[in-house]
Amino acid sequence: MGLFILRRLGVMILTAICLTFVVFWLTNLTPNLEKLAKTQGNARMSDEAVVTFLENRGYSQPLPIKYGQWIGLLPGYVIEGTDGELRGRCAEPGMNPTDAPKFCGVLQGEWGFSTRFKEDVSQIISTRLGHTAKLMGLVMLVMVPGALIIGVLAGMREGSRTDRTLSTFSIISTATPEYVSGVVLIALFGTATFGMQIFKGNANSAMDNATFENFTLPVLTIALYGMGYIARMTRASMTEVMTAQYIRTARLKGVAFRTIVLKHALRNALIAPFTVIMLQFPWLLNGVVIVESLFSYKGFGWTLVEAASTNDIELLLGVSVVSVIVVLSTQLISDIGYVFLNPRIRIS
Amino acid sequence: MEPLSWTGAIGAFLNPILLISIACLALSLIIQFVMSFFVAELTLQSNADGTLAQRGGIHSGIERVTKVAFMMVLLAAIFYLLLGVLMPYGKAGIIGAISKRLLPVWIGLILTFALSIKFKRKLGLYGKLFDSTVGMIGFGLVMFWVFIAFFAGGFDMLITHDPLAQISGLKNKVPGVVLPEGTAGDWPHYLLGGDNLARDIFSRVIKGSVIVIAIAPLATLFAFMVGITLGLPAGYFGGKLDTVLSFLANLILAFPVILLFYLLVTPEIVATGIPSFMAAFLFIFPIVFFAVLLNSRYYTQPSKRTPMLIVVLGVLGWLYLSLISQAGTAFNFMPAALDGFDINHGILVVFVSVVFVNSPTVFRIVRGLVLDLHTRDYVAAAQTRGEGSWYIMLWEILPNARGPLIVDFCLRIGYTTILLGTLGFFGLGLPPESPDWGSTINEGRKLLLIVAHPALPPAIALLSLVLGLNLLADGLREESLKD
Repeated sequence: MGLFILRRLGVMILTAICLTFVVFWLTNLTPNLEKLAKTQGNARMSDEAVVTFLENRGYSQPLPIKYGQWIGLLPGYVIEGTDGELRGRCAEPGMNPTDAPKFCGVLQGEWGFSTRFKEDVSQIISTRLGHTAKLMGLVMLVMVPGALIIGVLAGMREGSRTDRTLSTFSIISTATPEYVSGVVLIALFGTATFGMQIFKGNANSAMDNATFENFTLPVLTIALYGMGYIARMTRASMTEVMTAQYIRTARLKGVAFRTIVLKHALRNALIAPFTVIMLQFPWLLNGVVIVESLFSYKGFGWTLVEAASTNDIELLLGVSVVSVIVVLSTQLISDIGYVFLNPRIRIS
Repeated sequence: MEPLSWTGAIGAFLNPILLISIACLALSLIIQFVMSFFVAELTLQSNADGTLAQRGGIHSGIERVTKVAFMMVLLAAIFYLLLGVLMPYGKAGIIGAISKRLLPVWIGLILTFALSIKFKRKLGLYGKLFDSTVGMIGFGLVMFWVFIAFFAGGFDMLITHDPLAQISGLKNKVPGVVLPEGTAGDWPHYLLGGDNLARDIFSRVIKGSVIVIAIAPLATLFAFMVGITLGLPAGYFGGKLDTVLSFLANLILAFPVILLFYLLVTPEIVATGIPSFMAAFLFIFPIVFFAVLLNSRYYTQPSKRTPMLIVVLGVLGWLYLSLISQAGTAFNFMPAALDGFDINHGILVVFVSVVFVNSPTVFRIVRGLVLDLHTRDYVAAAQTRGEGSWYIMLWEILPNARGPLIVDFCLRIGYTTILLGTLGFFGLGLPPESPDWGSTINEGRKLLLIVAHPALPPAIALLSLVLGLNLLADGLREESLKD
């Protein structure tokens, strides 16, 4: 078990390094840097001016070195610019670069400075993540119990009327991406078009004060899309368990159906959905980005879109690091959890 | 000209009937659902004379009510469409006018269904689809959009106005609005209203289907070629190759899709030519696939193999070269006389990123199937005969894995449609005036709280297509499991 976790951790770290390197490479391509120089310096800069601008700020170093500095494994650059000014990667504004700490990267907690929000990246990400955590917490609270109940009810009697009704519901919900259900829900309940204006179609006010009125639609939109998939997996796992030998034995002994479902089947049927729920996180991240832009809820996903569309390199890198970590750690938890929950694997 | 109402003259008697039957259907479904927890299920009892009898009266009673109500709803819907086709233009409201305009689609659908049901016993898995209601509904929805795309894209039929033309005064106007006096056009109305730039929403939704129906299946097919070509050896040989390929696949899968799109499809990245390099890399896989497929089958008969390979590789190679060679990109080497066609560069970029995102999942599915199948007896038999590895993979294992692959293919087209919509929703890749559904939803959602109608038709169109593909996959899975 310990060795297994260690190996998984090793692969995870390797994946994280590869992924962040790819993101770093893509965001630090020459056209992006030129655009950065022109937005930061002067929009009508000549090509030579762009080159010196980038050279003075350490952007022209080889890619692996830049990546090492950004991660915090290599000492930050100290470059004497062509304009005579001494600039250091680790120097705060107004500090002498020679006095600054040697290393300053992601590992040291220095995530850089956002050109879009004029704020520290770590600051932005922590506040935005707080908003998104609120949204996701509620989504999980609605989605997971709902999906499990639907899946178990549908799977306990395969082929029955209940099963067919609930399965149709889960198929419809998996076929409705967030940008469709969000638009339809807003049109139905957020505008006066259909005379059912119960909720607000904008969640901007929910960041400080989430109420039933302004937070229902975004939560429902994300929860609906994920719900169908989890419910289908739960149903599949439940039907498989219900055909097992020990369930038949229990039925033949005359145990009540309710007891069979609750005491004998449920625990074994919930192992597979656990993995699925954990692996849903990367998709939920997708949903979060869409829903946050749709409802203009300024959370993590909204920040991603904002950073990517304004070429805010440091912020985009920070956002990618966080999302890569989230995705990989949920994968790790799902792997370990599966082994831990499943006695057949745990004991062998 | 009067503005059109939704149902026109037929609404007076059909609307109440429809409402009542929908209410009945909903009520009986709810009763049935609640009842299933308290009342015993329908059971079959075998009699001594060898017949079966159904027990559980209250269930069968409510079941009959549901069936009748469902039939009524269906019948009412058919009447709306039928009367719309038969009655003169404008009398049957917006629904009637749309139904009239879509007449070629209805004819195509009826023909397809009639022929398929007549010959369903001779059509293999496709024919069996018509034994399952779910599968038929799904197939109907998918074919509805396929026919729309076929007629609108191939013959320029169905649309009522130019999807890019703006008519002043019709900005954000409600469905059924009359065109102002003196405007040219055969159609006096905007059937589904005007959008924010005063363009006809109905025509844009129809034209948008062409883009989706053209790109989604093709991109999925390419993703399958890549996934199969890499997944087969990974599962069959295992070892180092498998470790490396699986690691790469997991790497791409761990990437948040939206971040990947933002990194790949922005103009700056496109300017560096990375998408062109990716296209050049990914589009090689179909060529490799077909070359290996034919070579492994016929390599003992060189007289047959060599001409076949020359023809197939020649055609595919030419397609490949003219696809990737394009003015203004990193690859621009083909003389204009040889360069067969150019694809809109935005569409190519979108296509490549969708293939790139989809292929690792296909790879994992194929690899899993091969791991399961390569211990079977027929594989051992082929190995004993001395067949080559690629022959076993492509001609023994792959045909036996076709069931799950076909089902996944349908699901994946739906998923690709969702991805294309996501790209459009964020305004990535396709030009902003493009009528594809994602971009139209994006346009519409900006003013959603003020005018709701421009965003709804493309949203419902996308929903119905993806739903159809999901139902189709479900029906296929059900039918392929039966034998």
